[in-house]
Amino acid sequence: MPDEPRPTPPAAARPVEKKIEAPSGPPDPPPPADLAPPAFVTAAQAALGGAITQLSYWVGDWTILTTPARLLDLARVLRDDPACRFDFCSDVTASDWPARESRFDVIYCLYSTRRRHRVRVKVRAADGEPVPSVSGVWPAANWLEREVWDMFGVNVVNHPDRRRILMPDDWQGHPQRKDYPLEGPGELLLEDPLEWLRLRNAQSTAEIE
Amino acid sequence: MANAPRPMFDTETLVINMGPQHPSTHGVLRVVLRLDGERVVDCDVVIGYLHRGIEKLSENRDYTQIVLLTDRMDYVAAATNNLGYCETVEKLMGLEVPRRAKYIRTILAELQRIASHNVWLGTHAMDIGAVTVFLYNIRERELILDLFEEYCGARLTYNSMRVGGLPLDIPAGWDRKVREFCRIQEEKLVDYELLLTHNRIWLERTRNVGVISGPDAIAIGLSGPPLRGSGVARDVRKDEPYAAYDELEFDVPVGATGDTYDRYLVRLEEFRQSIRIIRQALDGLPEGPIVGKVPRLIKPPAGETYHAIESPKGELGYFIASDGKSTSPYRFRVRPPSFCNLQALRQLVRGHLVADVVALIGSIDVVLGEVDR
Repeated sequence: MPDEPRPTPPAAARPVEKKIEAPSGPPDPPPPADLAPPAFVTAAQAALGGAITQLSYWVGDWTILTTPARLLDLARVLRDDPACRFDFCSDVTASDWPARESRFDVIYCLYSTRRRHRVRVKVRAADGEPVPSVSGVWPAANWLEREVWDMFGVNVVNHPDRRRILMPDDWQGHPQRKDYPLEGPGELLLEDPLEWLRLRNAQSTAEIE
Repeated sequence: MANAPRPMFDTETLVINMGPQHPSTHGVLRVVLRLDGERVVDCDVVIGYLHRGIEKLSENRDYTQIVLLTDRMDYVAAATNNLGYCETVEKLMGLEVPRRAKYIRTILAELQRIASHNVWLGTHAMDIGAVTVFLYNIRERELILDLFEEYCGARLTYNSMRVGGLPLDIPAGWDRKVREFCRIQEEKLVDYELLLTHNRIWLERTRNVGVISGPDAIAIGLSGPPLRGSGVARDVRKDEPYAAYDELEFDVPVGATGDTYDRYLVRLEEFRQSIRIIRQALDGLPEGPIVGKVPRLIKPPAGETYHAIESPKGELGYFIASDGKSTSPYRFRVRPPSFCNLQALRQLVRGHLVADVVALIGSIDVVLGEVDR
């Protein structure tokens, strides 16, 4: 039986290779006007209003945005203020938005075991911009910040023990960055990191041309 | 200075490697110990041997495909990982889950808690030298695996939940088998207690080993049974109820001194509380659909959220950022409870004997698949 040529699907049904432009950052929507901020936000604002650059509210989560320079002040207030008491550092992580000038968001998820409320603190940092370590405020942040350094290369400074944690010590690059290839750098990276870097740069310039 | 008198008994600290191929490190965990004789002066925990880049991989997969990847983290409690992930996406999309699905999810999560605690107790006791308990626990865990096999066909990595509900309803007669399992497990718990709780050797090996106070445990980021063992009544199921936990009654057991024995007692009581939850959920299992109104293409609006659940190991959190345009998360982050609990090991082992390191790794209850992701 001869192979019948399969009818080509109509153009609309075929998957279209569409280049999605890189988003320039999370929306960080401000809280709605009719929603009063909780006590811990007002307390932090009263203690150091200048440090809070923006407030954000989305699906029930409050986020406080601040700058790397004021991060430690804000962290201490959030831990010690009687209205806040965020004594438990659930998570420290980052996200990479390469289209933005300060490409990293470093995110601290905090919880209060006494008041049972949550908040997220977020700072924006450029590549190489120092972000102070909060492991002096919450010792739990030690390993989490090591992971942020390992995976994103966020320059966490004054960290008691800044080493890679998941990747091998001699690894080149930071895998969770958006410009890091999913399939990894291949064998060449471990054998000859400089040659790998040269090839990779050559490839990326070829793509642009 | 060659002839300067040397002290007659000088001591030097000795650095030895425990793992990564050591039977009691529960996988590929490497602990570099600095010893003064038999005592541990300091230790460095080296992880990452099982790093598979699940976070990076998830950022290149559909929201539906990620459920399968979450199975591979804490593989002794895979359904709990599914639950945390699905709830986070539902929170981000504002989806309503039918009550029946919530109840079945709760039953699955609690069965997983019992399975995970069975593996924990078996391996923990075997590390310390009580081999019998291991055989008992694995026998009971087998029953749970059978229940899951009947429910979804898989025995270890279940892929048992979907965003917005469940892929499958429970098979006919399954609830009766779960009740039967609860009866057996409750009966066998007495056996474990008879073997261990008042056993002289067990008491000597676990009491006052690795004591951590409540405030210290909070500061270092312990969660789950290790935190409750230190007397902090913190349970995400109670404090921030999810699934059907706000409609069910259970107690949160806490320890008094925060040593290895207290963590053992807390987990043993959690067996009973889990059985209690399962029975209530089976009694009150509502009729109705198992999937809510879910769009065919899961594409949450742009935004970020963090959602935590109580896994058998502790607070399992997911942070998902969506850019609103793509069907994969822009940022996918897991807050693995084992990772954060393992961080406390250094603090716990100082001043203890090498043999206690084994007991402490067991008492933290780590699964390396989750630590390294």
